[in-house]
Amino acid sequence: MSERRLADLLAMWRIRAFEEKVRDLRAEGPIVGSVHLCIGQEAIPVGACGELEPHDALFATYRGHGWALARGVPARPLFAELMGRASGVNGGRGGSAYFTAADHGFHGENSIVGAGAPIACGAALAGRFDGSHRVAVSVFGDGAMNQGAVHEAMNFAAAFSLPVVFVCENNRYSELTPIADMVRAPRLADRAAAYGIPGHRIDGNDAEAVRFHVRDALEVAREGGGPTLLECMTERLVGHYIGDAETYRRPGELERVRRREPIARLREGLLADGVPAADLDAVERRARAEMAAAAEAALAEPPADPATAREHLYA
Amino acid sequence: MRDLTYGEAVNAALHRLMEELPETLVYGEDVGVPGGVFGVTRGLRKQYGERAFDTPISESAILGSAVGAAMMGRRPIVEIMWADFSLVALDQIVNQAANVRYVSGGRLTAPLTIRTQQGNAPGACAQHSQCLEALFLHVPGLRVCMPSTPQDAYDLLVTAVHCDDPVLVVENRTLYFGRKEPVRTDGPVQPMGGARTRRAGSDVTVVTWGAMTHQVLEAAEALAREGVDAEVLETPWLNPFDTETVIESAGRTGRLAVVHEANVTGGFGAEVVARVAGAGVPLAAPPIRIGTPDVRMPAAPVLAQALVPDAARVIEEVKRLTKAGAP
Repeated sequence: MSERRLADLLAMWRIRAFEEKVRDLRAEGPIVGSVHLCIGQEAIPVGACGELEPHDALFATYRGHGWALARGVPARPLFAELMGRASGVNGGRGGSAYFTAADHGFHGENSIVGAGAPIACGAALAGRFDGSHRVAVSVFGDGAMNQGAVHEAMNFAAAFSLPVVFVCENNRYSELTPIADMVRAPRLADRAAAYGIPGHRIDGNDAEAVRFHVRDALEVAREGGGPTLLECMTERLVGHYIGDAETYRRPGELERVRRREPIARLREGLLADGVPAADLDAVERRARAEMAAAAEAALAEPPADPATAREHLYA
Repeated sequence: MRDLTYGEAVNAALHRLMEELPETLVYGEDVGVPGGVFGVTRGLRKQYGERAFDTPISESAILGSAVGAAMMGRRPIVEIMWADFSLVALDQIVNQAANVRYVSGGRLTAPLTIRTQQGNAPGACAQHSQCLEALFLHVPGLRVCMPSTPQDAYDLLVTAVHCDDPVLVVENRTLYFGRKEPVRTDGPVQPMGGARTRRAGSDVTVVTWGAMTHQVLEAAEALAREGVDAEVLETPWLNPFDTETVIESAGRTGRLAVVHEANVTGGFGAEVVARVAGAGVPLAAPPIRIGTPDVRMPAAPVLAQALVPDAARVIEEVKRLTKAGAP
């Protein structure tokens, strides 16, 4: 048990170390433009991705670096993508907010809020005809729950019993605005009932809880039971994007968030179980060293070739 | 050869595609069991079962799922009942489908076909009358075509579905139930692109597409009786667009008119004129665009007819063009 939790800790540290490195590179210059970090939300991808089969499809959002890493996309071509290198997963065409890595079962971030949900339905639909019976996982934030496309997708998946798991990462803010102010019924998982599908609000800061519910939802989906909505409660430790002044935070909010964020919580749990602090520190050091090496390697790679900017528009 | 109406030709193409490409799916609002509001998808559900199905009235879900299914190796052929309805889900066409190949560097593709129909017909309201091809033609990554004959309705759809890129096939409901014409339904179809010289002529080049082709041909015959010999080039493929053929013809006749049902400002006619001008083709008179004026579309037929170009207006404007700049 503590072995799996140690593995979760390592996986979460890899994501956090990746994101913190991205933050540094954004400040130093090699990464430019709009970047959305998932610091504080690492338990959701870590808990969910381990349950997926290679042929399953995963559709994430612009806050998707952690999902890509958890799905097994190597850090080096991800850093390279963010830095506009030819060796990036999309040769620099996707950037931070819109890359894909289909070879790893990562069918893309999406920088349009909620747009991935209908696309995930199509991936699930395809699996019904190609014999793979793949499950499609559609990840989005609480804000996307107010997008028409997500409503259409949930009804579409429900009507046709498509194997889709809708993972809503509820970090309490729709970009810069509290989701609580943008809905009348704050339990987003309750909307599932309107589609006639199961919906659960779960602790999204506990990888084990996420794993348990995702496994269940996948099983239902694989058996033909149709989609499930999982509302994973979590919190960002950072702004909506790098540069967000976070003026919307209440006094003391971030201190409270830090006490319940997934890595601190898991560390506390492991300490209580008797795992030596030195072992836990070693996990963090290992993750940071891996990410530093990956970033350094990507930094040394050549930029994308301007001569290729018009390629791959049409077959 | 089979004698088919335009609508029957689309139906024949769909049957062929379902037969020869097992990865095709046909879906959209009312296309399965009812066979489509214009009967164009009739018989597919019966013959191909689950591969042809009805959907909720959810254009984002229809188009988005087509993108996802296409990314995973299917060839969905989805119907958007009226082109006007595509506007509620433009994100899935412009932000999603058109980006898949480019952003992934070709590792993912989105070979979906969107069938829709557009244009004015008597009594259609302002939200069921628009000609929107220019919107889609502005978007790199999409292919766009507009058939006007039963043979092209058949060929363009077959070509579109075999194409590995997202393609919009914009049909016209006033043509679905027109007269039957012989259609080649076996063997290879005409390749993507190209222009059709519907009438050879030497005095003026008239470029057109979609249902307007029929008005232009009627006008050309009337003009011939008055001594004006118009060359009518129909360009059923707008992306890719056969610029070379248009330039060659305009260079030969020295006069150019572009006719489309869409309203003039920002219409594709402007692009055609710009390409000919940009190529330095010497013209005897400034080129003209004939289209619907920049207004909304009224429902009353008497009002709509005052706006949508017809043969009489084409005759009048082309006659004026042939007199302009004459020595």
